[in-house]
Amino acid sequence: MGDYIVLIISCIFINNILLAQYLGNCPFLGTSKKMETAVGMAFAVVFVLVMAGVITWVVNQYVLTRFGLEYLRTIAFILVIASLVQFVEMFLKKSIPALYAGLGIFLPLITTNCAVMGVCLINVNEEYTFVQAIVSSFAYAIGFGLALILFAGVRERIMLARVPKPLEDTSIGLVTAGILSLTFFAFKGMV
Amino acid sequence: MIEALIFMLCIGAICGLALSIASKVFYVYEDPRIAKVEDFFAGANCGGCGYTGCSAAAVAVVDGKAPPGVCIVAGSEAALKVAALMGLDPGTAEPITSYNECKGGHRATDKYYYSGLNTCKALAALYGGKRDCEIGCIGFGDCVKSCTFDAIHMGPEGYPVVDEMKCVGCGACEKACPKSILTIRTMSERLLHFNEEDDALAPCRQTCPAEIDIPKYISQIQSGDYEGAVNTIRERNPLLLSCGRVCPHPCEDYCRRGIEDEAVSINQLKRFVADFELDSEKHLPIPCAPDTGKRAAVIGGGPAGLSCAYFLRRLGHSVTIFESMPHLGGMIRYGIPEYRLPKAILDWEIEGILNLGVEARTNATFGEDFDIGYLAAEGFNAIFVGVGAWVDYTLKVEGENLGGCYTGIDFLSRLAGGEKFPLGRRAAVIGGGNSAIDCVRNLIRLGVEEVWIVYRRTRAEMPANEVEIEAAEHEGVKFQFLAAPMKVIGDEEGNATHLEYQKMELGEPDASGRRRPVPIEGSETLLEVDTLITAIGQRPDMFFKEKSKRLDPLEITRWNTIDANPETLQSSIPHIFTGGDSATGPSLVVEAIGGGRRAARSIHQYLTEKPVAPVKKSLFKRHIPGTIFDSVKGIERTPRAEMPELTVKERITSFIEVDQVLSEEDAQKEANRCLSCCRICYNKDVG
Repeated sequence: MGDYIVLIISCIFINNILLAQYLGNCPFLGTSKKMETAVGMAFAVVFVLVMAGVITWVVNQYVLTRFGLEYLRTIAFILVIASLVQFVEMFLKKSIPALYAGLGIFLPLITTNCAVMGVCLINVNEEYTFVQAIVSSFAYAIGFGLALILFAGVRERIMLARVPKPLEDTSIGLVTAGILSLTFFAFKGMV
Repeated sequence: MIEALIFMLCIGAICGLALSIASKVFYVYEDPRIAKVEDFFAGANCGGCGYTGCSAAAVAVVDGKAPPGVCIVAGSEAALKVAALMGLDPGTAEPITSYNECKGGHRATDKYYYSGLNTCKALAALYGGKRDCEIGCIGFGDCVKSCTFDAIHMGPEGYPVVDEMKCVGCGACEKACPKSILTIRTMSERLLHFNEEDDALAPCRQTCPAEIDIPKYISQIQSGDYEGAVNTIRERNPLLLSCGRVCPHPCEDYCRRGIEDEAVSINQLKRFVADFELDSEKHLPIPCAPDTGKRAAVIGGGPAGLSCAYFLRRLGHSVTIFESMPHLGGMIRYGIPEYRLPKAILDWEIEGILNLGVEARTNATFGEDFDIGYLAAEGFNAIFVGVGAWVDYTLKVEGENLGGCYTGIDFLSRLAGGEKFPLGRRAAVIGGGNSAIDCVRNLIRLGVEEVWIVYRRTRAEMPANEVEIEAAEHEGVKFQFLAAPMKVIGDEEGNATHLEYQKMELGEPDASGRRRPVPIEGSETLLEVDTLITAIGQRPDMFFKEKSKRLDPLEITRWNTIDANPETLQSSIPHIFTGGDSATGPSLVVEAIGGGRRAARSIHQYLTEKPVAPVKKSLFKRHIPGTIFDSVKGIERTPRAEMPELTVKERITSFIEVDQVLSEEDAQKEANRCLSCCRICYNKDVG
């Protein structure tokens, strides 16, 4: 049990997918202007990342490793994740229209999100067990959501501040992201 | 290798199969129009429409939340197709385009050597962007790099040039430019813009009551873009054919070339391009914003009313003009004589405005044939009252009602309406304004042998335009200055035979700065006349106010004009606006046109439920301090283009238009005399 807690803390804080591993910067900057969209995106990532973590672990364990096709991992994962997202989108649209409307555009956006891909590859590289893979996927997604929501809060405040024109919008966003990333470095050595 | 291929085929097949089954199982009915609408969009997922992706925009269109023209990339053609699919009236999609106020010219030298990164943003961050002046372009081309549609390039002078054909108005350049040189504006925003203190405005443009961008259209003439020049003028003045003929061009009084040389003949250039459109016999297309569903009534089809109706229509409102006379045009049809503004040309110009979808009801007098209650019942949301100033002041002397006596505007309008007058051999017109000159020049053409102007001051004090006075002199009008009419003497049949006047001399200057005429005792003189026209000024007729109780709160000034805020032109009844002579008293046509646009702006605010407020930092009837120079260096004197005219002999025997249009060669020469103030980087110290 203790191992899992360590895993969770390390995935959320120490190896935060956005601020320590610098993956998924596109939605990080793109969907962090408004708190509302940031929250939507965070939930969508949690949802998709857990699903993707499970299915890619299965694919890797029972297909790729078994037939010695590890070198096809990246392309196989891309295909699987893309199909999965499409499938989930259709499923939600039919079964849970409310959730579908809530996640909206973010669901298909995640198809090409490198954070999802990154976590799946990490799971494989670290040789996690099935349960560990699920836990790590979930924790990374929570870390993603945490960073995104924190960042959106900061950016909403920045909208009210006087920013020199050359630094407006994305420029000041990147500077902020850098500072936020530095603060996450404080977690290094925690575990 | 084989394994890899088999594996990929298998995984592809499984995914495909799973998805196709899922799409059957999880099929949800979706409006088929969404997919069709999406097909018309550009598919760029650029987000310029404000929706997250093209399909979201398509859903919004089908839901009726977004207009058919939502896609800014696909343009108006796609908007029409979408509208056709949705069974909507597309209106005309309102194009948004990027505008660069700065035309370029000679770049002023840099103040310091900059060795930083070659982007405008970096320079702006480090040095506040001041290469030479605070407003100028930095010239590293961040805008060019930001444009994904390849619509901006650096011109030969180092200033960005926007290709309006390619620009979709996405706003990337506006965001990229740290100096706000490029701005994205919709047509409505441009039409509603009034001069502000911070604008880069040439003195002529500050002076023009209609605020036409004069340097821009002159530069378009220079480059041979006559259609562009017409469109530039039309953003401020829909009556360019009329104004090009009759405007006394106050702008030219402030022309910087005029400080050292003769002023640029701005109005003749306006007439040149206006006639260019007329001669092409095809109205240039005028875009209108999508319909708003709001209705406005315009009472009075004169220049103010036409201008107001034109701008409201272009802003997307539905407009109906009510005119008491049989034809539209107001004072420019019934006051200005045929030889200055031929009726056929005026008809063509008005046709262009009505073609936008403006409805006109003639022979409908406000207060007689319909009242304000009718307008309310008909569902008009706002009313513009531009009834003009049509009541002549009278002399209040004995005998002025004798046969052969007329009043100025009454005479001119009846003449323009086709009425024939039994005129005698000798006529006198009392007054020194433009109406008086119009009367005498008409009388000459009607075959009266001897025509007098009787004016109580001297020629120098005449309020009429100098060119008009000169033309009257050439045509043989006689002048009796310093004469105040005392009475009109008639014969037994009640027809006028003589005008008795008293001679005057000039005394001390009065409130208007003109020397006051003082009568000379015992100097009464008789002038033999059989026709007498009094043209000593007009005032608006406010009789309609008495006809309806609803108009009781409408405040009237002591000059009998509607009391309104001079900047918003909103009257004391919030949904009634005014403009033109009925707001200002008798004034220039171009003033009425400017007033019409000003009222249109307020009405637009009123109809779109925004507070009716004047422009911030407004430059209303003022000049920007420091822009009016005493001297201008480095000007080579060149004569101004002469107005081609008919010979006097041709003139006085017909009503053919006297003033002729410039030739293309002369217009080019004249346009090149323009100093392009506020359009080129001009360093006052260097010259």
